[in-house]
Amino acid sequence: MSAPPLLAIDNLSIGYAAADGMRVVVHQVSLTLDRGERLGIVGESGCGKSTLALALLGFVRRGGQRLGGTVRLDGADIFRLPPDAVQRLRGRRIALVPQNAGQALSPGMPVGDQIAEVLQTHLGWSRQVARSHASHWLARVELPDPPALLRRFPHELSGGQQQRVAIAMALAAEPALVVLDEPTTGLDATTQQQVLALLGELVAASGTALVVVSHDLGVIARCSDRMAVMYAGEVVEHGATDATLTVPRHPYTRGLLASVPQLASAGIPATLPGMPPVPARLRPAGCAFAPRCAWADAQCRTTAPAPGGGGGTVVRCHHWRRAGAAGAAVVTAPPRPIAPSGATPHLSLCGVTVSYARPGVLDWFRAPRQPTARPAVSDVTLALAPGTTLALVGESGSGKSTLARTIAGLERASAGTLHSLDDDLSLPVHRRPHELRRRIQLIFQNPDAALNPRHPVATILARPLRVFHRLSAADIRRRSVALLEQMRLGEEYLGRLPGQLSGGEKQRVAIARAFIVEPAIVLCDEVVSALDVSVQAAVLQLLIELQQRHRVSYLFIAHDLAVVRAIADTVAVLYRGHVCELGSAAQVFTPPFHPYTASLLQAARLAPGAPGAGPPAVDTGRGCPFVDRCPRRIEPLCGQQPPPWRTTAPGHRIRCHLPPEQLDQTGMPPHADWRST
Amino acid sequence: MLRLVIQRGLLALATLVLVSLVIFGATEVLPGDVASAILGREATPARLAALRAELGLDQPAPSRYFEWLGGAVRGDFGRSLARPAAPVGPLIAERMRVTGWLALIATLIGVPLALGLGISAGLLRDHPADLAISVVALVAQSVPEFVIGALLILAFGITWPILPAVTVVSSDAPLAALAPNLVLPAATLVIVMTAYVLRMVRGSLIDVLDSEYIHMATLKGLPHRRVIAAHALPNALLPTINAVALTVAWLIGGVVVVETVFNLPGVGRLMVSAVEDRDLPLVQALGLLGAACYIGINLLADLATLWLSPRLRARQR
Repeated sequence: MSAPPLLAIDNLSIGYAAADGMRVVVHQVSLTLDRGERLGIVGESGCGKSTLALALLGFVRRGGQRLGGTVRLDGADIFRLPPDAVQRLRGRRIALVPQNAGQALSPGMPVGDQIAEVLQTHLGWSRQVARSHASHWLARVELPDPPALLRRFPHELSGGQQQRVAIAMALAAEPALVVLDEPTTGLDATTQQQVLALLGELVAASGTALVVVSHDLGVIARCSDRMAVMYAGEVVEHGATDATLTVPRHPYTRGLLASVPQLASAGIPATLPGMPPVPARLRPAGCAFAPRCAWADAQCRTTAPAPGGGGGTVVRCHHWRRAGAAGAAVVTAPPRPIAPSGATPHLSLCGVTVSYARPGVLDWFRAPRQPTARPAVSDVTLALAPGTTLALVGESGSGKSTLARTIAGLERASAGTLHSLDDDLSLPVHRRPHELRRRIQLIFQNPDAALNPRHPVATILARPLRVFHRLSAADIRRRSVALLEQMRLGEEYLGRLPGQLSGGEKQRVAIARAFIVEPAIVLCDEVVSALDVSVQAAVLQLLIELQQRHRVSYLFIAHDLAVVRAIADTVAVLYRGHVCELGSAAQVFTPPFHPYTASLLQAARLAPGAPGAGPPAVDTGRGCPFVDRCPRRIEPLCGQQPPPWRTTAPGHRIRCHLPPEQLDQTGMPPHADWRST
Repeated sequence: MLRLVIQRGLLALATLVLVSLVIFGATEVLPGDVASAILGREATPARLAALRAELGLDQPAPSRYFEWLGGAVRGDFGRSLARPAAPVGPLIAERMRVTGWLALIATLIGVPLALGLGISAGLLRDHPADLAISVVALVAQSVPEFVIGALLILAFGITWPILPAVTVVSSDAPLAALAPNLVLPAATLVIVMTAYVLRMVRGSLIDVLDSEYIHMATLKGLPHRRVIAAHALPNALLPTINAVALTVAWLIGGVVVVETVFNLPGVGRLMVSAVEDRDLPLVQALGLLGAACYIGINLLADLATLWLSPRLRARQR
């Protein structure tokens, strides 16, 4: 008789109580994991991934309960153990890296103590010893100056640093299994890449088993040997990660894969229609995915498919053979026509600098501040042609959003000029003429925060119409309905509140709110970053349609390069407020590259060994802004002299000391990942 | 941290000076002045002028303000008008003794009681015990304090006459004589303030217990006691510090209604009679004292909050 597997989930079902009864969120899931194995769990939001992840630790959120099945860790049923026995396992045998480290770290306790208390609790170490071990772990997750960091509070760390602390906390007591719940969501590509690389090293060194939950197929591809695809609470496909990504068997897996924007090709990815069902009391009679499936037939709607497949893959689909035979699922919509250029720009920025260092009232009571604050945006010159999309890319803190806020009139430029046709954009928004305010609209990243939760959609759409046009109630309604239709939302949505909409629907309403006054320029600040890939593709598609119909220009801010590749005509790469590369999307995404662009691309491919580990050092103010992270810097030139702009092709400019012919190397590893196929 | 304390202290002092200006200014623009108030019907222009000269009221307003403020700093608030020749300072001090004892007793009993019940209710959310505590607290908070006072008098002063129904001793009575008279008023105040603070504590604790970092602390395998003591309570009690401070300031500022119900000679009733008598120096002094109490206690609460909350502390740096 062999030892039981490290983790065995058998027929697990979890539900949440609702007004009309129990809603099933996880439905009859069975999975096993052996020591040292890495399992990925992927699916759209609302598919039960996070509920499943927490259930592995025997935890169900308030209002939920286990309806059946078991989770066995080392053979022991974690839901049947007494509470103190479960507490002894958590953090010791099985640990969690939470979804949002910023919220999961206790705000009032130094991070060192939060790591140390795990060791004190589980290993019975003294506070002294535990703290020194915590310091050692902070060093292992590559955080600078561990002894000082021990005493820092969570809010004093950046998002990437918080995530590293959470990883250190999970690994500190050397558990046999670590559960990662969306470990890198919310981090920018470079940080995400670094965190994943670090995690890979640490886990490989200790032989720890991993369960990685993510909506990001890139993360799953990078971090797992086997993957399970979840839909509506069920595992619909389960197999080796490589095989599943190259030959997906389930139509849902194919749809997910196809909706991921590809770095290698322009154009909008195919969209996966619809959205996951709201968990219901009764499971549908047939296949849960049938309403969204192109292959669904009568059998799919009446009979739930039993697990099938072979060769190490388990698929819940009546037609999996067909899917397997269809081969790889790269379905890309044709690239859209390039907008004509040469017209007068809708928007032109010249030498724009934005600095946040302004004294507040309380500064009167303080020592005078040193004027060290680096400008958030520095000497940016850009133009946006009518009907085109200019993308701003860069990591968080690169000044992308500041630039958009300045154009919107929410910040003031401290130097430089901004114009939209004949209008001066240096005026703050409350002093701009009415007409100009109408022409420039802004869409935010988070529709939850941008839409008033107490206003129905009708009011949200009517408000800008009342401000900018004097229309009758009937006209307002007619225009709202017409626009909602373009958003593929029916008239019935007018009466709904934002809380009654899904994430994608909310973002559509936010887009409708911007478009209803027929703007000329729309500033899109990370509008798809918070959305699932399937919804993301649909929203991108919608933005393109609207652009073609209304001939608007987009300033599109994103940190996801593949999304930028899909939608942008021109791309500006920003690093710490400086533009370091500018050109058409095709030019920026093919060599020659600015070294920073190269590192971003590398991070986006999740390739190991990308440069730029460690946090940026202090900018000396002279020289190239990228000097401290550049793998190809020339000592001492790059640190002392600002680099020149070099034109490599008409319309493509790179700001670097290196001549363009030396910038052809991408530094990319030879092996290609699944995304680049 | 020291700089922060000094900063906040100076800010509080500036606020107090501003309040003193408002109080002085308000009595200044009111029709009539101290001289006409003293003389009343006997006022003739000549006698008014003579009295004004005697009281220094013929001086320009700024110099009178500074003189008044200077006196206030030294504890000299002038003389009462309604009670001839009685200096305002000792008059207030005597009443403050009663109010002070009352506030002290109510705080010492009410705050621990509120914390204990609030924390229990929060931890036992939706349990019958929580339900009982919450319902009783809501009722106690909804019923006006004079009703609670009257019910207590009815119960312990009349039905079972174990405590005096109304106060019959004067404010300078020895503590032993005063003490029995303080029991029912203090009980009334304890009920009112406990209900309020308890509900704050319970709500705050429930919010914190639902937060990600409490789930994380549990999922790290910490024992339940440690999750509550080290992670939940420090964060949950932080926002209640200000609620407690406001309640204490309210107690010290004089609880007119309760003092009236129990006929207790405290600061609140002194204030009411000073206003009725148009006793301007007394009104000014009481106004300034009340403001100083509020500002001082809020300052302490702010500093305590800053000290306990690293996030706020950093933002202030």
